[in-house]
Amino acid sequence: MAKVLVVTSGKGGVGKTTSTAALGAALAQMGQNVVVIDFDVGLRNLDLVMGAERRVVFDLINVVQGVAKLPQALIRDKRLENLWLLPASQTRDKDALTEEGVKRVIADLKTKFDWILCDSPAGIERGATLAMRYADEAIIVTNPEVSSVRDSDRIIGMLDSKTVRAERGERVEKHLLVTRYDAGRAARGEMLSIDDILEILATPLLGIVPESQDVLRASNVGCPVTLNAASSAPARAYTDAVRRLMGEQVEMTVPVERKGLMDRLLRRRAA
Amino acid sequence: MDATQQVARQQVRMRGRSYVAFVFSPVVPVVSWLAEIDATLGKSPGFFSGKPVVLDLSAVDLSQAAIAHLIGSLAERNIRILGIEGVDESKLGANMPPLLTGGRACAITHVEPKAPPPKEKDKDKSKLPSLLLESPVRSGQSIVFAEGDVTVLGSVGSGAEIVAGGSIHVYGTLRGRAMAGINGNSAARIFCQKIEAELLAIDGYYQTADEIADSLRNRPAQAWLEGEMLRITPLN
Repeated sequence: MAKVLVVTSGKGGVGKTTSTAALGAALAQMGQNVVVIDFDVGLRNLDLVMGAERRVVFDLINVVQGVAKLPQALIRDKRLENLWLLPASQTRDKDALTEEGVKRVIADLKTKFDWILCDSPAGIERGATLAMRYADEAIIVTNPEVSSVRDSDRIIGMLDSKTVRAERGERVEKHLLVTRYDAGRAARGEMLSIDDILEILATPLLGIVPESQDVLRASNVGCPVTLNAASSAPARAYTDAVRRLMGEQVEMTVPVERKGLMDRLLRRRAA
Repeated sequence: MDATQQVARQQVRMRGRSYVAFVFSPVVPVVSWLAEIDATLGKSPGFFSGKPVVLDLSAVDLSQAAIAHLIGSLAERNIRILGIEGVDESKLGANMPPLLTGGRACAITHVEPKAPPPKEKDKDKSKLPSLLLESPVRSGQSIVFAEGDVTVLGSVGSGAEIVAGGSIHVYGTLRGRAMAGINGNSAARIFCQKIEAELLAIDGYYQTADEIADSLRNRPAQAWLEGEMLRITPLN
């Protein structure tokens, strides 16, 4: 039974796209058939983070409008053969998406894949509401800061009212993914602690992804961090999150960077 | 001079309220349109008496004198005009009803209240005037319940809003806004398990987060109205 998962946050720049790519790749590494859909029409990024930007021919809008067929628009990942991307259009805007068209595309994808990950645009307008519209589950990406947490609260409210499941009286299962977490700064009270966030949002925690240079580095080379630096702290956090998504019991820890002795001795490099 | 200064400052309260009004949209020729109104009144006299009526003039192009004449003709039929829409403001004279904008269409329920009093009383008795919310109220959600009390079992998020005709009870943390007693019920109160509210109001008197003492924060508290003062005290 295919699962439709929306990765959403309300606020921009918290790591939705990076997380979609990392989670999608981690699911695919476990042998699942995965498609990631970019709903950020007009400001697409997922193709870059996945390293597929030079192979985009048709996109979600073409499929929604019936210009292209779904298999023509799907791009297979070069590293994992069971990971696919449905890119967004860069030249159109979110108004080009129709509810009926998105419904058809998702129904079609459900017959082919185990997991359908929808990368939501920031905001609460058409793009974001259509990305969550047909979701079975939702991953809410939050940074440990008040503005991000409040926006997530807003998005959770919308998941409970604006999705097809909610309108049918069913629940959209929600998971909280805290990204860019810095244990040291949280301990010094410079950012919200995990307990604070959970208290405000009252949503089960899926994982804690630490702030790391590896994430930025992976995005820049167009490779999900779970593939690019599989043993890094953020990659392990995403992999743990995916195992929890698949129903495994994994102890919740804040992964830290593994530092060798030399790293500790030579902490900073002179410019 | 001195005497006026000694007078205690009266607080001015402003509250919003929306009403449902009939909208009349005259068409040309206005004379036959008025005849239609007369026909309606002939069937049920007093149909429009005491009801708010708004005149929508977007379908006709009338001069100021013609508008004045139309209002006069309706007044002769005991129809008073609350406001006018769909017309340039310059065409409205000083003694005419004000220009209205931003109206939304809605269904008019029970146009003729024939015998509702006995029925409604029965209904009120069977239905308790309170609203229970079992899930948290999220940022951006607005819960409006003018009929009575609102009880929230979870938290009320920052940027969320509870508006109640009666009291408000929050068993989680109140981080958003709570407005109790909106229909002039000054006996309404606000209770919460943890107070971090952005705004508290009872019967129009309000305090913002800035005015709530820091010593109260994160504690169980209640707010009530003492005369014209909103008081907030810790519970137990």
